Amino acid sequence: MLSFIVKRVGQSVLVLLVTGLVAFSMFTFVGDPIDNMLGQERTMEDVERLRAQLGLDKPFVVQYFRFLEQAAQGNFGISYRQGRPVAEILMERAPATLELAAVSGVLAIVMGIGLGVFTAIRRNGVAANLIMSISLIGVSLPTFLIGILLIYLFSVELGWLPSFGRGETVHIGGWSTGFLTESGLKALILPAITLGLYQMTLIMRLVRSEMLEVLRQDYIRFARARGLGDRVVNFRHALKNTMVPVITVIGLQLGSIIAFAIITETVFQWPGVGLLFINAIQFVDIPVMAAYLMLISVMFVAINLLVDILYAMIDPRLRAAS
Amino acid sequence: MNRFLDSDVFYAFRTSPVAIVSLIVTVLMVLAAVFAPLIATTNPFDPASLNLMNGFTAPMEPNAFTGESFFLGTDDQGRDVFSTILYGLRISLFVGVAAVMLAMVIGIFLGLLSGYVGGWTETIIMRAADVQLTFPSILVAMLIFGVAKGVTPVEYRDQMAIWVLILAIGLSDWVQFARVVRGATLVEKSKDYVAAARLIGRSPLTIMIRHILPNVLSPVLVIATISLALAIIAEATLSFLGVGAPATQPSLGTLIRIGQGFLFSGEWWILLFPACTLLVLALAVNLLGDWLRDALNPRLR
Repeated sequence: MLSFIVKRVGQSVLVLLVTGLVAFSMFTFVGDPIDNMLGQERTMEDVERLRAQLGLDKPFVVQYFRFLEQAAQGNFGISYRQGRPVAEILMERAPATLELAAVSGVLAIVMGIGLGVFTAIRRNGVAANLIMSISLIGVSLPTFLIGILLIYLFSVELGWLPSFGRGETVHIGGWSTGFLTESGLKALILPAITLGLYQMTLIMRLVRSEMLEVLRQDYIRFARARGLGDRVVNFRHALKNTMVPVITVIGLQLGSIIAFAIITETVFQWPGVGLLFINAIQFVDIPVMAAYLMLISVMFVAINLLVDILYAMIDPRLRAAS
Repeated sequence: MNRFLDSDVFYAFRTSPVAIVSLIVTVLMVLAAVFAPLIATTNPFDPASLNLMNGFTAPMEPNAFTGESFFLGTDDQGRDVFSTILYGLRISLFVGVAAVMLAMVIGIFLGLLSGYVGGWTETIIMRAADVQLTFPSILVAMLIFGVAKGVTPVEYRDQMAIWVLILAIGLSDWVQFARVVRGATLVEKSKDYVAAARLIGRSPLTIMIRHILPNVLSPVLVIATISLALAIIAEATLSFLGVGAPATQPSLGTLIRIGQGFLFSGEWWILLFPACTLLVLALAVNLLGDWLRDALNPRLR
């Protein structure tokens, strides 16, 4: 077990070093930072001095390790577009994305498992079939169209909910939250549904197929033969045994929620990290792009590592295979 | 031809209404895109054919100033929505097909290489594939687009955007192909015909391309169809987010982006028709891919 963990951690570190290299090379690929920092009227001495001052005269490898060292301390440089430290901007934007992701994640898990169980138990019922057909459309509908559809229905036609922004926020320490004001909660509804819908259909379909598989097993038949009630059989015996693959997928989907938040945030002009990233691409704001890349790869690698280790703990066969 | 008409695949096709309808829809869409200049009433990107007075004409209603009427209405600049959709469809399909082709070529090559050669080559390629697979492909495409955009000089950015888009989506999507081709190559490699080819002194490259490749193509076809649907949606998403096809060369995603701006002022047709076109296209290709997967894989039936 220990050698498995060491090996996986080693791989993760390697992945981070590679993404770090990609992030770092963006700076060198895309123009000379000196050009960005000094104006038209500059002398060769100015250029040389700044180059030495910034350490740009050092070899590539040395510069790369300096970049990693700084990045590990949370220093990603200064945004070309906003002229402020990237770390500061990210900290300011993070609460919006995290709150949105948390709400839509909970929504996806609760609704996904609930509907999955429902469609598996009543698998020939009208309602279950209807839900399955709708979910098929939901999977092929691009996220941004779902967002626009919701805006059209609930903001333009009905006028019930706001179509953009976060509403009023309350600052607690360094964290700005929309959970405590009415407008903040209202503004959260549509983006959370948009973001959670795809994950919800994914979880629902998985739970359904796993449930159908388990419900066919002999021990379920035996449980029914013993005269146990439907509720006990369905939830205590069947649902419990579908949870291993479901938890894995949920774990892996956590990362996707943050990534897909980019689309939802753009549709709803939600002031989070994703919208920041899209704007950074539009204006080729390299420090912000690099920081976002590093941040998201740390997150993805950590989630993958955790899921793998958990999996190996649950299923000993995987340990032997590696 | 007769052999094809008698085959299992054609029988499965003939008896599946979903497959027939989605194939017809896909073919119609492709024809509409290819012959867009002939079908479209105006060339929406030729400034000489536009009249600003025609702006915001509702579908099927005559314009208040000019009296002209348009099948699907016009946008803010008086461009006929029907024509912009045809031209947008053209760009969407072109980017989708080209990106899948790129992904296919890279994936097949790296898959054959890692399956046939093995050793360190295989380890490096498959590890790289694993790493890329941990990130959602839309995110990878965004990053590649961002970097490539930064590399291209400012004055070429709009012209190059379509090619950058193809590169970004293609590079984000090769892993599936490489994995499947590698798996199939591993199976084929141990068969007698490969040993025979090696004995008569054929070079490894010839064996890979002339002998093994034709035998691993059927799963590639399935993945290509499913990837096409995903690539079309990816392209639309990127363009919608403003990091794809520019307004001078709008794809369906760009048109939806433009249309979203008029949602609140009541010009619903600028948004609705491109969105429906995208939806129908993606759905048809998706269903076709699903059907093909089931038809070519008898074990699933």
